[in-house]
Amino acid sequence: MKLKVATVWLGGCSGCHMSLLDLDERLIDLADRITLVYSPIADVKDFPRDVDVTLVEGAVANVEHEEFAHLIRRNSRFVVSFGDCAVTGNVTAMRNGLDTEEVLKRSYVELADLTPRIPRDYPTIAELMPQARPLHEFITVDAFIHGCPPTADQIWTAVSELLEGKKPALSHVFLRYG
Amino acid sequence: MTVEDLQELAEQEQARQAKFSHRLMYCSAAGCVSCGSLNIRDMLKKALQEKNLADKVEVIGTGCMGLCGEGPLVKVLPEGTLYQRVDEAAAKRIVDEHLVQGPIVQDNVVDITHPFFAAQFKIVLENCGRIDAERIEEYIAVNGYEALARVVTEMQPGEVIEEVRKSGIRGRGGAGYPTGLKWGIVRKVPSDTKYVVCNADEGDPGAFMDRSVLEGDPHRILEGMAIAGYAIGAQQGYIYVRAEYPLAIERLRLAIKQAERVGLLGNRILESQFNFRIDLRIGAGAFVCGEETALIRSIEGRRGRPRPRPPYPSERGLWGMPTLLNNVETFANIAPIIRNGSSWFNAIGIPKSTGTKVFALAGKIRNTGLIEVPMGIPLRKIVFDMGGGTPEGTEFKAAQTGGPSGGCIPAEHLDVPVDYESLNAVGSIMGSGGMIVMDSTSQMVDVAKYFMDFCKDESCGKCIPCRVGTVHIHGLLEKIAAGKATTDDLGLLEELCVMVKETSLCGLGQSAPNPVLSTLRFFRHEYEELLKQPETFVPSGNGNDPTTH
Amino acid sequence: MAIVTLTIDGEQLSAKDDESLLQVARQHKIDIPTLCHLDGISDVGACRLCLVEVEGWTKLAPACTTRPLEGMVVHTSTDRLKKYRRMIVGLLASEGNHQCAVCTVNNHCELQNLAYDVGLLYVRVPYLYPDKHIDASHESFILDHNRCVLCTRCVRVCHEVEGAHVWDIAGRGIDCEIISDLNQPWGSSESCTSCGKCVLVCPTGALVKKGESVAEMEKHTEFLKYIVTARRKGEWISVDTDEE
Repeated sequence: MKLKVATVWLGGCSGCHMSLLDLDERLIDLADRITLVYSPIADVKDFPRDVDVTLVEGAVANVEHEEFAHLIRRNSRFVVSFGDCAVTGNVTAMRNGLDTEEVLKRSYVELADLTPRIPRDYPTIAELMPQARPLHEFITVDAFIHGCPPTADQIWTAVSELLEGKKPALSHVFLRYG
Repeated sequence: MTVEDLQELAEQEQARQAKFSHRLMYCSAAGCVSCGSLNIRDMLKKALQEKNLADKVEVIGTGCMGLCGEGPLVKVLPEGTLYQRVDEAAAKRIVDEHLVQGPIVQDNVVDITHPFFAAQFKIVLENCGRIDAERIEEYIAVNGYEALARVVTEMQPGEVIEEVRKSGIRGRGGAGYPTGLKWGIVRKVPSDTKYVVCNADEGDPGAFMDRSVLEGDPHRILEGMAIAGYAIGAQQGYIYVRAEYPLAIERLRLAIKQAERVGLLGNRILESQFNFRIDLRIGAGAFVCGEETALIRSIEGRRGRPRPRPPYPSERGLWGMPTLLNNVETFANIAPIIRNGSSWFNAIGIPKSTGTKVFALAGKIRNTGLIEVPMGIPLRKIVFDMGGGTPEGTEFKAAQTGGPSGGCIPAEHLDVPVDYESLNAVGSIMGSGGMIVMDSTSQMVDVAKYFMDFCKDESCGKCIPCRVGTVHIHGLLEKIAAGKATTDDLGLLEELCVMVKETSLCGLGQSAPNPVLSTLRFFRHEYEELLKQPETFVPSGNGNDPTTH
Repeated sequence: MAIVTLTIDGEQLSAKDDESLLQVARQHKIDIPTLCHLDGISDVGACRLCLVEVEGWTKLAPACTTRPLEGMVVHTSTDRLKKYRRMIVGLLASEGNHQCAVCTVNNHCELQNLAYDVGLLYVRVPYLYPDKHIDASHESFILDHNRCVLCTRCVRVCHEVEGAHVWDIAGRGIDCEIISDLNQPWGSSESCTSCGKCVLVCPTGALVKKGESVAEMEKHTEFLKYIVTARRKGEWISVDTDEE
């Protein structure tokens, strides 16, 4: 039976997902053994139930992320913090010393090429939390893959271990920040 | 001054006092001063003048008489009648009725046969309420400096230490290290220069035992320190007193000046070869400066931060010299031990914890204030007999001893004898003498949070476990109190507490988690009631578990 | 000075009794992690990473300020010690703002290397994200409080080696901060000789040279070894020298 795997992109740069794609030809191997049930690179709208493993990239930075994190936890057997933003907050948390208003202004007004304004009138855009924080401060996390981004080898080792039914113990081989 | 001169001074003062028919002792310690005792003094004097009694009755400011919750207090000597909540009208009635006509003013009189007074045994506080703290003559008139005189004229230093050792007295700062043993160690370290330091940096919230002694009987501390100086071979002493005690500082300054003037401090004390000076050093309000190595650094004019021990101050203390460091209450016991003999002291209390201990009784209890009790007295007796139990309609829940370094003792251990070992066995400590009673309205998580808030603010920041660990312990307690924590958070809290306790550099950090650990030990359900389960996977139907397949 | 025999991690060793347990262990290639310790300056026993278990002792002992005793049996890496070290480094990580750009990959940051050594998978306590500032007023150097771990190496090297005593610590508890002179901007310091020793010994990127990109940041603590040689023997345990 194929392992049901999801990957999620919260407050991060998608670099961890790029690294996942760096598995290159190993992706073909993987495709035989897992079903990708939810991912930014798969066309699935709702996060499904009974996911075996969910890799979460990025810090929890807005209210939607927080709600999503809880959903992920309820629907996943095994949750992995995938990359440094999920593990430590990392780059996403660099704004934490600043007021959210300043952050929004910088992003949407000062750096805008066209229509500089803070998109407040769209109710679908989630409210920024005062601070971006690591995933495990919100939900119980079962394993951590470090790196900014994690290397393809790291991801491969972790996923292989999960496929073998083991809790990934790659900390000592692959513990590296950045 | 010779020993004979001292004797003569005592007799002169006794004769002077004998001329008065009464002595009106108003409490001039900080508690009663804050509720207007100085005004009452003026009122008493005015009333005496009106009745032409100013020559026959003396009005005297004295040390703490214990029942601090009911101040201002006035005691009439020689009868020993104690009046509480003395306002201007009552002051006038004390003079008009009690002194002139004879009958006691029933509205304000305190029943001193109540266990709050009757169960006390006063050594340290024996002069509080009896003498004028600002006159050395009054101290001398009640056998003051007699012990120092005996020590410098009749005893060898070794004999003094032996006497202290045999008395069984242990450090009253809280840890309970045998005082005689400490003195013996400092004496044995070879050095031309040694120091005696008195730790008067009393910082536990709600504790004011040392302050009361310093304000009420400052000469007792000077005498104890001088005896210690003679015993260990030191010529200089320092009293490290916190700046928050302005009255104690003022009275100590005055006492030192008086003792120097009559030759009881300074060169050739009582015509002997013994020289001893005492200087004050004022602390700037850091709790950690009550830790001995930090205190020493602070006296040296450096930032008050602890350093690892060994070397202990007894080997390398103030300016690298052997230093004897004792608490106020310890020094306050020395003169009576020498005067009355070690076997007298030894018979008070219980074998492993001899003598008495002063406690500042506070919290949810009817009689608050200062009490001095023999060691080994059951906690129940203090709380219910002396303290009168918790207020109407509430039940006793716990007694907290040892301040931010101590623990909570629950109702099931109310019969624990108050001594060093027994208190340790129930997860608390003797501490310096704070005793806060909690009733059924107290939330133990909040109690732990309060003390942890204190510890995190007072951490010196030198070692990581205390500097950062206390902040996180406090944060977790807040999270628990707010009902946002999970069982995982409680686990982390416990791990952090044990880690901070075992890895911190000094006593402050090592004992900071005690209020949390002791409330967890006895009131775990109060924590658990506030917790929720961490969120987990909720299966909907079939699926394969990667960790088991 | 006498020679004593002791056991560290099951190995029977002989040592001089005026050395530290840390020195003895390292001479025998037994690694004990440290942060505030640096050969050549006094020890303060503050970081608590070098705590070891001594059989028969109720408390853990910092290897940097504990002398070897005859017959002592020492354990340097029990599960309890490993766990505490991991927690201590976790506390350090939570206390500052350690989002760093380049030294994450150049392995020059001692804090990061420590995190690897102790196996810090993640920080269990919430990050505090403190509001810290940067002092760039000095013409050659920068002090970034966000990255300071308060090891006081700079304080000690400036006082004990350079003799300038520019650095001190102000504040209490979590609010502690390194200050220059009497809390004046570093650039206006009259006592600073701009020797740069503090920058060389800083274990993190809290003290750096100005104008060089952090990518080139390299730490050089080697200069202290000459001082170690020059110091009088038996002076290692200077726990009460003027740290601050």
